[in-house]
Amino acid sequence: MGKRHWILLGAIVAVIIIAAVLWLFPKERWGTVFSLLLVFGGLVALLLRSLYAKEVERRIIFLFILVAVAAPILFPITFTEKPTAVVQAVFDKIENLPSGSTVLLSFDFDPAMAPEVQPMANAISRHCLEKGHKVIFMSLWATGQALLSQSLSDYILLGFPDKVDGVDYVNIGYKAGNEGVLNVIVSNFEKMFPTDVNSVPLKDIRIFDDIASAKDVDFIMSIGGGMPGPKEWVLFVGDPGDVDVGVGVAAVVAPQMYPYYPAQVIGILGGVKGAAEYEYALKDAYPVFADMDTPGLRMMGPQTLAHIVILSFIVIGNIIYFRGRRERKQ
Amino acid sequence: MKRQIPVVLVGLFGLFMIFQYFVPHESSEWIYEFLLDWTIIIGIFAMALGLWSLYRVSVEKIRTRKPAWGYNYLTLVGLFTMMLFGFTSQNGEAWGWFFPFMVAANLTLVMIIQASVTKGHRGLFLGTAGVCLAVCIVIIIFDDTWGFHFETAEGLQSTMFRAFFDNILIPIFATMFSLLAFFIASAAYRAFRARNVMATLLLLAALIVMLRFNPYFGPLSPYMSKASNWLMNVPNLAAQRAIIIGVGLGIVATALKVILGIERGYMGKG
Repeated sequence: MGKRHWILLGAIVAVIIIAAVLWLFPKERWGTVFSLLLVFGGLVALLLRSLYAKEVERRIIFLFILVAVAAPILFPITFTEKPTAVVQAVFDKIENLPSGSTVLLSFDFDPAMAPEVQPMANAISRHCLEKGHKVIFMSLWATGQALLSQSLSDYILLGFPDKVDGVDYVNIGYKAGNEGVLNVIVSNFEKMFPTDVNSVPLKDIRIFDDIASAKDVDFIMSIGGGMPGPKEWVLFVGDPGDVDVGVGVAAVVAPQMYPYYPAQVIGILGGVKGAAEYEYALKDAYPVFADMDTPGLRMMGPQTLAHIVILSFIVIGNIIYFRGRRERKQ
Repeated sequence: MKRQIPVVLVGLFGLFMIFQYFVPHESSEWIYEFLLDWTIIIGIFAMALGLWSLYRVSVEKIRTRKPAWGYNYLTLVGLFTMMLFGFTSQNGEAWGWFFPFMVAANLTLVMIIQASVTKGHRGLFLGTAGVCLAVCIVIIIFDDTWGFHFETAEGLQSTMFRAFFDNILIPIFATMFSLLAFFIASAAYRAFRARNVMATLLLLAALIVMLRFNPYFGPLSPYMSKASNWLMNVPNLAAQRAIIIGVGLGIVATALKVILGIERGYMGKG
């Protein structure tokens, strides 16, 4: 068969596939199905090509990643998530604290990390407020302060109009000093944070009536991935102050937190997957959150498809390597 | 004396910080907290030093016309603009003369930079900077639709600061981070090849951990989850602990070298 015949055959197959999709699937699924066909069809073609030991160009890989990430954003694909033990531990900790307990939530991340960890920060904040816990928000990162304000005004507090600043939650903001800040708040909050972000003295804020230091809070959740971040909370507050610490980190940092689990860190939320599992657990346990925005679950579509593309390219790369080696030997 | 005093100070405070950990006395804790306050104060001075350093480096690049020198104007104007946005906010709904003020303030900065980098017309640039500064001062005095907030966080809530942070800084950072996906895919394709036993083990471990995150592999999920958990909790944990202990011992050794005055890199000379 000549090249023209192959093109004709390809065109006929494509028309049949398009007709089948249009006939078999409802209109709202067409985008998803066509994108999946495009990605997987392309991967199969590359797999067949790899049998001839032909390397794949970098721009082809980039193109596949682009389609794999963009398609599920344009045509959302969602999955059911079962919370893993490390995520469930954090969920259970917040769930089992008596209502009115004090939870400290530290936003230790910058805008680069935000898409990965901000969804979990929002979900945990909602969970704490729904359970009736008092939440102290703070940040060890200068850019975290603005993200914290954004989260509070644009996402978290929208669902809790009855919550009162200073009574149900408080934002004490950012202080420079990295571990130094933690070293001080483990014995005295007011020394490092004389006021909250609205310049209200800490002694006039009801939440701090029974809270003198970080030792007095019932649970600390640090969300971040850099330094200072979750690890510093464990080393400088969790251990010396004997306070339970949970962490939410970027996926690349999660393996570094496992040495602290479960003795020093009660649970770990790792990357988008951790956020998605937490969001799923929250929606499952609280019908009030049924219509909640779930960016973690939404982002699992692009992440999953991108993972499949990467896995496929690893397989294709190895086929090319072994075929090439055999050909070189021959 | 110029070298001995810093070495003695570092040794003294270094030793104190080690021993105070084992002395749970009130006075020891007081000195410890006092020293921590100094750390924060020094950190804030370092921030001011950093700003001055950035200004100097950028102006030097403009003056010597280094490659892409034009971007240094953007760096300094961006820095100055965000600082002003952070310290100002509206008193009501109206903007008043805020934007002419911002233009005049940035023109002052640009004229000062031009005066620093130019060989001739220095007086002209400084004069223009003075006029722009005077315009700024007049606007500050007579326009009460907005104001400066140095002691409260009101500036951080200001419309312009939030708009620039949310719509420029966050997408820029997110874009930079998301580019990793493309490079990781390309690197994984080239690097994860079963060239030898160790590479094969690495490849298999990576595949199992990645598959564990993948909901498409439903029937395989329980096995993948178990295998992935074992990889994370046993080999990964052992390696991570070894790294942590190694790093810890390294920190102790370096700290001792600094305290004893063997390592003097912090003074600018080894």
